[in-house]
Amino acid sequence: MASVHAPQVEPQAPALSTGSATTPARRRRNVVPYVLLLPGMLWLVVFFVVPMITLASQSLQEGSVDQGYVFTGNVGVYGEALSQYWEQLVRSIGYAASATVLALLFGYPLAYFIAQKAGRWKNILLVLVIAPFFTSFLIRTLARQTILSDGGWVATAAKTTHVTDLLQLLRLTENDRLMASKFAVICGLTYNFLPFMILPLYASLERLDGRLVEAAGDLYASPREAFRHVTWPLSLPGVVAGTLLTFIPAAGDFINSKLLGNTNTVMIGQVIDAQFLRVLNYPLAAALSFVLLVLIVTLVAVYVRRAGTEELV
Amino acid sequence: MAGHESGDLRLAGISKQFEAFTAVHPLDLTVPAGSFFALLGPSGCGKTTTLRMVAGLEEPTGGRILIGDKDITDTRAYQRNVNTVFQSYALFPHMSVVDNVSFGLKRRGDKNADRKAKEALELVQLGEVARKRPSQLSGGMQQRVALARAIVNRPDVLLLDEPLGALDLKLRRQMQIELKRIQSEVGLTFIHVTHDQEEAMTMADTIAVMNSGRVEQLGDPATLYEHPRSTFVANFLGQSNLLRATVDRGEGNGVVEVTSHGHRLEVRRDHVPAGVRDIWLGVRPEKLRLGDSGGPNRLSGQVTDVSFTGVATQYLVRMPWGRELVVVQQNDGSGRARAGETVTISWAAEHGFALDASQDADAGAQLEDDHG
Amino acid sequence: MRWIRKHLLAFAALAVLVYMLVPNVVVALFSFNKPSGRYNYEWTKFSTDAWQHPCGTPGICDSLGLSLKIGITASVVATILGTMVAFALGRHRFRGRASTNLLIFMPMATPEVVMGSSLLTLFVMMGVPSGSGAILIAHIMFCLSFVVVAVKARVAALDPRLEEAAADLGATPVQTFLRVTLPLTAPGIAAGALLAFSLSFDDYIITNFNASPSSITFPMYVWGASTRGTPVQINVIGTIMFLVALVVVIGGQLLGSRRQRAAA
Repeated sequence: MASVHAPQVEPQAPALSTGSATTPARRRRNVVPYVLLLPGMLWLVVFFVVPMITLASQSLQEGSVDQGYVFTGNVGVYGEALSQYWEQLVRSIGYAASATVLALLFGYPLAYFIAQKAGRWKNILLVLVIAPFFTSFLIRTLARQTILSDGGWVATAAKTTHVTDLLQLLRLTENDRLMASKFAVICGLTYNFLPFMILPLYASLERLDGRLVEAAGDLYASPREAFRHVTWPLSLPGVVAGTLLTFIPAAGDFINSKLLGNTNTVMIGQVIDAQFLRVLNYPLAAALSFVLLVLIVTLVAVYVRRAGTEELV
Repeated sequence: MAGHESGDLRLAGISKQFEAFTAVHPLDLTVPAGSFFALLGPSGCGKTTTLRMVAGLEEPTGGRILIGDKDITDTRAYQRNVNTVFQSYALFPHMSVVDNVSFGLKRRGDKNADRKAKEALELVQLGEVARKRPSQLSGGMQQRVALARAIVNRPDVLLLDEPLGALDLKLRRQMQIELKRIQSEVGLTFIHVTHDQEEAMTMADTIAVMNSGRVEQLGDPATLYEHPRSTFVANFLGQSNLLRATVDRGEGNGVVEVTSHGHRLEVRRDHVPAGVRDIWLGVRPEKLRLGDSGGPNRLSGQVTDVSFTGVATQYLVRMPWGRELVVVQQNDGSGRARAGETVTISWAAEHGFALDASQDADAGAQLEDDHG
Repeated sequence: MRWIRKHLLAFAALAVLVYMLVPNVVVALFSFNKPSGRYNYEWTKFSTDAWQHPCGTPGICDSLGLSLKIGITASVVATILGTMVAFALGRHRFRGRASTNLLIFMPMATPEVVMGSSLLTLFVMMGVPSGSGAILIAHIMFCLSFVVVAVKARVAALDPRLEEAAADLGATPVQTFLRVTLPLTAPGIAAGALLAFSLSFDDYIITNFNASPSSITFPMYVWGASTRGTPVQINVIGTIMFLVALVVVIGGQLLGSRRQRAAA
């Protein structure tokens, strides 16, 4: 490694020397990181950045799949996309936000328990948290269909305890079924992205020094105050990372809404998928896709700025 | 705090059991209000567990804890008017120094929290770093912030858990004096947990020496040093030369005659526990003199090692029966012995102390601190 | 009361864990079902038919094979490229660090549906045919960032003085890298590779945009089955995957802890 040799090549080099020194060794050293970066970055530029440009370009073209597309700069497609699918767009953000809040509420106690209280069970519990990952996401969503299905004991129990009435009152379900409802979709989204919430939370709670919480108790903070003033602020980096890793994929997801929802729970991803692959209206689909991207990047940027944690990666 | 006349801390038979391990055996202890009290012992002796029970961070298995007339055993840490200076300092990294110090006051809704916090920082001479984060301060400064954060609440009892352990020797000496000054200035009860006997003796009015979950001896530093009641205390507080001896006769003018390895020696009657025949006769190294001082206590042996330490010289003198005695002589200009020389050592009868010989002569010795 | 309050957190944690694991249990349970219709939703009768014939339904094992092939290739390539990037970020100061970090972060902050559809527009414009080649390109792209993050953490935690010590003891740069740096960062690289494989193996959304009728991956097969009828073999394969991964992860942990104990 070049950095290993640096002290031998330039034994007298002061720590503050600027880039103006142009010994051959230094010039060669500066090349190393770029050589390491090149293939990976090239891949990302060609297959991530360039597609964003072609996506934007596609949205401004007119034509059809059979006859080909011509760039016309038709901005009107964005108006069309927004007016036609505004509802699905807002719904996606709403569902993703609800699932994120629920995942935080569910994930925090588990992450805290594993990080601070689990002792020798820590590794086993961590494995169990990531374990669901290993069975295909689709298969597990199908299993959730089974769990929530009409004749199943969950649905029966919900009906006898009048939970279904409550859900209906909250407009989370439309009838006394649990399946094919807003409730089922949000449950599915929460479930699917829960590990993405738990792992970053765990990482920052594991670093939390339990003695700080003890110190807060020693300084007259009740358990609730100790949580508010010490544990929560110190776990914020994990909260920010976890909410982003949950919210972003959830907003674009359509597997849950399609497998667990009904025609009133259609999310924007489902629309984009259908427009691209079945309706074959590429410009409209590309415009929707681009709108979703801009919307999410904007929300994320505002959120990260407000949370005050700039460094995430 | 108003409400109790006498703020003495009383531990009545408190004990702590961790599964099969007894960390603290039933313990009775009274710490007078306003005193500087030290719990001294090797690691694992139960001193930190005792401290944590007083703080409310550990639930006692049995017994009661009282401050004045108030029983606080069943209250939780945040409900007790007790504060701790933690070994790791446990400063909140996401808060400024002044916010750390005002934390306790704010939890209790003190309107003048910020002003009081600034005053406390002045007391520990850190007024100018109030706005900094703890991580920007040196270890010594962090230690003083931790102290200010505890003192500012004017607790009934202030607990210090090895607070100087992370500091280097010079800073530690400085902080010992500082702590003593602050304690006399604020007049709070301090309970100081440490494994450093010199630190305990320098600072505390009263020391409780703990070993294996029990208090071995309690007293002021001079009494503990001059009249240890067990080999553990004799070895853990400073160094001791212990000679196996048998009590011969109880007569004489206030002295007891004993025989050790065929030598007739004398020790003051009130330094010998009653009804014991087989004893360890103990003498501190600095009480031994090289050369014959004319008294009854005389032994001779060969110098095997001489180490010069500046103010004093330490000799190892091998006795005919193999045991080496440590002799420390002030460098007051008198002549020095050389290795290999045969010397006579002597001491006064009032400088010896006797301990029951059923104890292990080396108890507490191997645990001695590197700077002790 | 006090006992309940004291253990409230443990109960909450346990409840969440159960919520997370129930689908896996259901998958395993229903792999022993013999459904009466085309859908495997209701418990009918115990049977081990599906376990005896895991490939007993047309197309399922072909799709599994394709997914494994793509998963392995994509994770190997993404791990190599990602590890190089992680070393550049963790070990070197250079101009353009901030924009590199941003470029790494962006794919993780972009919904899959956007990535999949944008790649589709690129391939359509460039005339690249959809199929397993296009899928592979897409998988390497979205796995790369996750590998970088996993490996970078490990590289950053590595004490540079260890490498200096190796050099001081006469190791050449190549020897230092192979004998000191690589073994110490190996757990991070392994974690990155495992993550990349599971992401690739499990992806449906991006794959769907770039697949052709001749390149049906396992998730696509499952998706198709969900509308046509779900063969029990899906549950069998899901359960096998779960068990294999569990063994790999637990084995890895045991190996790690034994090595630590041996070192101590």
